[in-house]
Amino acid sequence: MKRHLLEAADLDRADATLVLDTAAQIDQALAGREVKKLPTLRGRTVVNLFYEDSTRTRISFELAAKRLSADVLNFSAKGSSVSKGESLKDTALTLEAMGSDAIVVRHPASGAPHRLANWVRGSVVNAGDGTHEHPTQALLDAYTIRQRLGRLEGVRVAVVGDVLHSRVARSNVRLLHTLGAEVTLVAPPTLLPVGVGSWPAEVSYDLDAVLPKSDVVMMLRVQAERMNASFFPSAREYSRRYGLDARRMAALGDDAIVMHPGPMNRGMEIAAEVADSARSTIVEQVGNGVSVRMAVLYLLLGGAPS
Amino acid sequence: MSVLIKGARPYGEDVADILLQDGRIAAIGDSLSVPGADVVDAAGLVALPGLVDLHTHLREPGREDAETVETGSRAAALGGYTAVHAMANTDPVADTAGVVEQVWRLGQEAGLVDVVPVGAVTVGLAGERLAELGAMADSAARVRVFSDDGHCVADPALMRRALEYVKALDGVVAQHAEEPRLTVGAQMHEGDRSARLGLTGWPAAAEEAIIARDVLLAGHVGARLHVCHVSTAGSVEILRWAKSRGVQVTAEVTPHHLLLTDECAEGYDPLFKVNPPLRTDADVEALRAGLAEGVIDAVATDHAPHAVEDKETEWASARPGMLGLEQALSVVVATMVDTGLLDWRGVADRMSARPAAIGRLDGHGRALAPGEPANLLLLDPGTRAVVDPAALASRSRNSPYAGRELPGRVVATFLRGVPTVLDGKATR
Amino acid sequence: MASTTEPAHDGAPSPSAVLSAADVARVVDRMAHQIIEKCAGADVVLVGIPTRGAPLARRLAGRVEAFSGSPVDVGTVDITLYRDDLRMRGVRALEDTVLPEAGIDGRLVVLVDDVLYSGRSVRAALDALRDVGRPRAVQLAVLVDRGHRELPIRADYVGKNLPTSRSQQVKVHLAETDGADEVLVIEEGSR
Repeated sequence: MKRHLLEAADLDRADATLVLDTAAQIDQALAGREVKKLPTLRGRTVVNLFYEDSTRTRISFELAAKRLSADVLNFSAKGSSVSKGESLKDTALTLEAMGSDAIVVRHPASGAPHRLANWVRGSVVNAGDGTHEHPTQALLDAYTIRQRLGRLEGVRVAVVGDVLHSRVARSNVRLLHTLGAEVTLVAPPTLLPVGVGSWPAEVSYDLDAVLPKSDVVMMLRVQAERMNASFFPSAREYSRRYGLDARRMAALGDDAIVMHPGPMNRGMEIAAEVADSARSTIVEQVGNGVSVRMAVLYLLLGGAPS
Repeated sequence: MSVLIKGARPYGEDVADILLQDGRIAAIGDSLSVPGADVVDAAGLVALPGLVDLHTHLREPGREDAETVETGSRAAALGGYTAVHAMANTDPVADTAGVVEQVWRLGQEAGLVDVVPVGAVTVGLAGERLAELGAMADSAARVRVFSDDGHCVADPALMRRALEYVKALDGVVAQHAEEPRLTVGAQMHEGDRSARLGLTGWPAAAEEAIIARDVLLAGHVGARLHVCHVSTAGSVEILRWAKSRGVQVTAEVTPHHLLLTDECAEGYDPLFKVNPPLRTDADVEALRAGLAEGVIDAVATDHAPHAVEDKETEWASARPGMLGLEQALSVVVATMVDTGLLDWRGVADRMSARPAAIGRLDGHGRALAPGEPANLLLLDPGTRAVVDPAALASRSRNSPYAGRELPGRVVATFLRGVPTVLDGKATR
Repeated sequence: MASTTEPAHDGAPSPSAVLSAADVARVVDRMAHQIIEKCAGADVVLVGIPTRGAPLARRLAGRVEAFSGSPVDVGTVDITLYRDDLRMRGVRALEDTVLPEAGIDGRLVVLVDDVLYSGRSVRAALDALRDVGRPRAVQLAVLVDRGHRELPIRADYVGKNLPTSRSQQVKVHLAETDGADEVLVIEEGSR
């Protein structure tokens, strides 16, 4: 493992598999226990440095760190670091001086975790940077797929929605490819980046054509504001062409699952009856997030700095 | 005052001595000997006309912590320049006779290069109404180049009026070609890398669309147009087409666009954030070919000093721009001379004669010949050195060439016969 | 990642086998008898410490059942996340933690490991047990006790006491993990 987890490409197949296996072992070790706490990272300090509101990701990391007995500091700073006074670098140096061993960072600017990694000696974990990546989300998604389907090799995954602005999509395309899955991106052309052709994924504009061939359908959040920038004409048209409703869900194979990184826009990209169906892994994803993040923190922090 | 340069090779050709007297080149010949003259040993050095930059940001007034007219002038002299055009996006903006005269006077006081102010096209660079272009042209600063650089004159009707109006001033509008609606939030070249890095793309079409529009306008009204920092292969094609149709259009390319690509954005170091952005290998090839061919007339640095706090930050928050004056000639040697695309006369043409002609600078860009103003530089083309930002004369440190080995070292620069650089060091 | 499994031996001088496969079988049988004797009437769970403590616990359970006629619960508890030497030794892959359905509360847990050395693994295992339940008592069974304790810990059942120097390595190989049963003593620098 590298010292930092900045993007999915930091993990080769062996590393990614190790993270998933470790998460599974942690799940197993904690299953049915009253005391869901391990002493592994006693005396280590993990800082959650969040420049964006994201309660679910922050508490997932916080719980992961606490279950490993690390000391957890939550540092939230909203808005751009430059416009609000202290720079990201000064903040990083301050946290380092306080003895942080790892910084979990969420930032609206793509690449901010990479910058941070240049300035601190501890580990940096990217908890979502701009429209770049969100590698632990991809890990928990891969973990969930493996748990449900028993494998990743050859699994056909459709990633549907606002790929252009999605850090979840970028991380998943890379990680799932690394782990042997076959990814198809489905979106209107306006929500696919120029240059998507260089990604290790197929591209389709037609959800109905892709669904019957998919083992996993991963729905991305689509923000209604995109409508105002003419990425699509209306929420209704988007939902009609790219939303997952009960009719479309019926086109899926018997074992196919439906995923969503949350938070969902029910009625927009996903219908309520789909989100609440037996195919849906949305609740499992949340629980798996804690295990996967424990595994990441353990693997990055457990060992001697090499 | 007399200076006798012994054993130089003008334009890299036959060895000759060059005598500078009273601000002019008095003689060029074999074994010149003048009692009392300061002798400069130039054995092995190439003599070129002093370079002229059409595009420099000196930051004064307003951001003297990043650069001043004096520190920028020193950087220019060390790069072999004898004249630089100071861009208008200062604070306050150089959109009045008062501001351009202030910048011009600061340049005179520094005395290292001729600092030629560029006037803003529109008031406050806001793109809404014309600044007093005539007053700036008539001022002591004698402004001939007008630019809203940093901002595009996006309104086509306003651009047409600007092009027409400067005809009466023998001026030229230097356009920062960037369709603003296509570059909202743009951070880097739009392509494979921007898609993967999650940085909003700056499409080549946003530059090419404005250049296409502007050459049509310039042709229509019969005015001079200059295109700043051309960065794409498509732009080169449009310029070639426009020139073949007789449009009075000239264009510049920066050293960084001749050398670097969007690959530099990997790692998110904002040192490599610049506007227009670094493009692809194919664009670099087309720009070099266009410069060799003459479709692109000039190399201009777009020297853009930024304080540390404006660069040591996340990519999106960083200010765009990079230093260029001190390494421009080295980059041109690496990309154009060592590759066989230009000879030394070609370098003199693209870095001195043509930019001087575009800026209407009579005393610069002239040939190395008896009777001409003694603006020249001596270059050691054989030396290679690793760029150390800490050693730069600029007040800022944002050199994209840091740690990179480049060929060529400016040993001496003369402004009207007076050395501004000797032994690679500024004389003042 | 560091691994606890190392190649058996790959060069001269050849390490000396202190227990052969037959010796290992004999020692395991004897330990099983001792457990039956000492734990008579108790509700016993054999809990192996991975890697090699796990198959060893299963073997002991098998022999206990064969000799006593009644089955005995068996499980494993991975101690990786309880180690206090992570900073020095680096992270390693985790192994299974599997406890019998009845759990360990109120029962007699016999921890099983291959080699007892510093005692730190046992301490970690005790910490792990504390988090998964409250046994009535905990005992310790090891195939080899090589001495050099760093903690006040001793084994209740010892297959073989093996006086060693710190410069030596003791390798336990089991058929389940290594293809064959044997115990080796390797001199430092011989591999």
